[in-house]
Amino acid sequence: MELIIGKYNYWIYISLMMIGFYAMIAKKNLVKKLIGMNIFQTSIILFFISTGSKIGGTIPIVEQGAQVIEAGQYINPLPHVLMLTAIVVMVSTFGVALALLWMIYRKYHTLEEDEILRLRR
Amino acid sequence: MNEISFPILIIVVPLISAFFIILVGLLRRDLCYPLMILTLSFSTLSSISVLKEVLWGGTIHYRLGGWLPPWGIEYVIDPLNGFVLLIVSAISLLIGITSKRMVEREFPEKATFFYCLFLLQVTGLLGIVVTGDLFNLYVFLEIASIAGYALIALGEDGAPFASFNYMIYGTVGACFYLLGVGYLYIATGSLNMADLAQILPSLLSSKVVLIAFAFFMVGIAIKMALFPLHVWLPDAYTYAPSAVSSLVAPLTTKVGAYVMIRVALTVFPPAFFIETLPAALMLRWIANGAILFGCILALAQKDLKRMLGYVLIAEIGYIALGVGFGNRNGLTGAILHILNDALMMACLFLFVGAITYQGWPRKMDQLRGLHRKMPLTAAAFVIAGLSVIGVPPTCGFFSKWYLVLGAIDSKEWLSMAILLASSLFNAILFFRVIEKAYFESGKEHGMVQRTMEIKESPLTILLPLLVLTAGVLSLGLFSGKIISGIIRFAIPVYFK
Repeated sequence: MELIIGKYNYWIYISLMMIGFYAMIAKKNLVKKLIGMNIFQTSIILFFISTGSKIGGTIPIVEQGAQVIEAGQYINPLPHVLMLTAIVVMVSTFGVALALLWMIYRKYHTLEEDEILRLRR
Repeated sequence: MNEISFPILIIVVPLISAFFIILVGLLRRDLCYPLMILTLSFSTLSSISVLKEVLWGGTIHYRLGGWLPPWGIEYVIDPLNGFVLLIVSAISLLIGITSKRMVEREFPEKATFFYCLFLLQVTGLLGIVVTGDLFNLYVFLEIASIAGYALIALGEDGAPFASFNYMIYGTVGACFYLLGVGYLYIATGSLNMADLAQILPSLLSSKVVLIAFAFFMVGIAIKMALFPLHVWLPDAYTYAPSAVSSLVAPLTTKVGAYVMIRVALTVFPPAFFIETLPAALMLRWIANGAILFGCILALAQKDLKRMLGYVLIAEIGYIALGVGFGNRNGLTGAILHILNDALMMACLFLFVGAITYQGWPRKMDQLRGLHRKMPLTAAAFVIAGLSVIGVPPTCGFFSKWYLVLGAIDSKEWLSMAILLASSLFNAILFFRVIEKAYFESGKEHGMVQRTMEIKESPLTILLPLLVLTAGVLSLGLFSGKIISGIIRFAIPVYFK
């Protein structure tokens, strides 16, 4: 019980990740696969962000003239900054994927994987 | 001052000129190609000078923006990545030279964007090699991959679909890598490779570190197409345009192999990889599977390019096997094979590109009489093929020699048998093609009519192909020098 409630952020990210993973593997529609991929990536963003936060922590801006800095009072900003970069990467992946889907649709007039495979044969 | 800033210039110059090319392309299209060649030559020259500097004066550190290492991003060049850096930049220069003709034949209207993507791909690959920061490596990995998806989708018939599949796999790989970074950051609070190498030995019993290691390995294995995670590779590389497949096929997988060596043996302590975990053992078994699977499926292919794709999977197996032996000889073989395999694969894929350019069909049974029409191109194929088999004067022999020595050192008799058997398989594979191209007359099936006007490939394709072939031959002869001069320093201290 402690394991589930105490670490609920990890459970949420794992279940989201598995939902995304399932969609990527099992769905036949390419757009659904792409949505699965997006959920998968987003779950990792949530994971990183939750690792940076602290209960009762504040934003990591040091007040002017502060003499003593308690690192424990501030949220760790580094995972959040990393995720800004990762979001950019993921958005561009998504953009390229949409362009690819458009190319596929123009060629085969369908986005169902099994139909495309049948047409390709 | 000048030598110090080379590490960053190697990345920044191709990155900026990639975007500059689009602007130039709006005004003067014919300037794009010279600009790209200029950039790639600059990268090659600076990586030569950086490698020299490293071998003379030791590891180079470059701190971006002057931030000190554990906080700021650091570019580190030691003999290992200096060596890989030179391979990547030199081969991309050679392939870049050939790309003009192929682009003009296959998609002339997209030339500007092609050159831009080409440079972005090279930037990504160079960045992966140069960086000393795990998260920065992820960013470059994705730059290289996204450029790769777009480049592959430019190809023929099934290319967009193959590229989409590659993207799904590649994204899972990159995300696993990112998760590995995340777990490692939770455990250590650092992203700098050198810093991590200091912190990690005291944390090895932690489950978090273990999970991070597992995520890293799986993620990298997808990116380098290690069996059984190779599924995206044959389709993607078969349908890619010729200029693209001869760039990405030799380099992307080799850079992946470099990342594996870097993470498993220098970020994590080698003893963790070899002794504490059965990771090295598992890697050996997977690599054995990769070699057998690649060779056997290559035998079943009728399309020359697809066959090369499966040969590539087997070759990646060799590198993984060398890493998995976890001893000095095995690792020497693996690092040497990064060089040799990059050369051989560039040569073979460029051969396919050259015959496709001249309108020759890519099917295996239609190669009759090739040597009479394109003697030099065919000769290049024979030499690269002999090197893949592992015939002595060519470079392929030497890396295989070290791998077999590594197998003997770690008493892996099965792996040794598989290594030797794979030579046999490759001999069947390549002699089948060579026999078709050289010894069967071209008088059947009306091939004479169709191939009558085919001539030797144009100089811009032929010359790089011959340079690569000369490399395959001469680096074999000089491999003793390469090992004593570079690879000896590139192997982690643990193995000395």
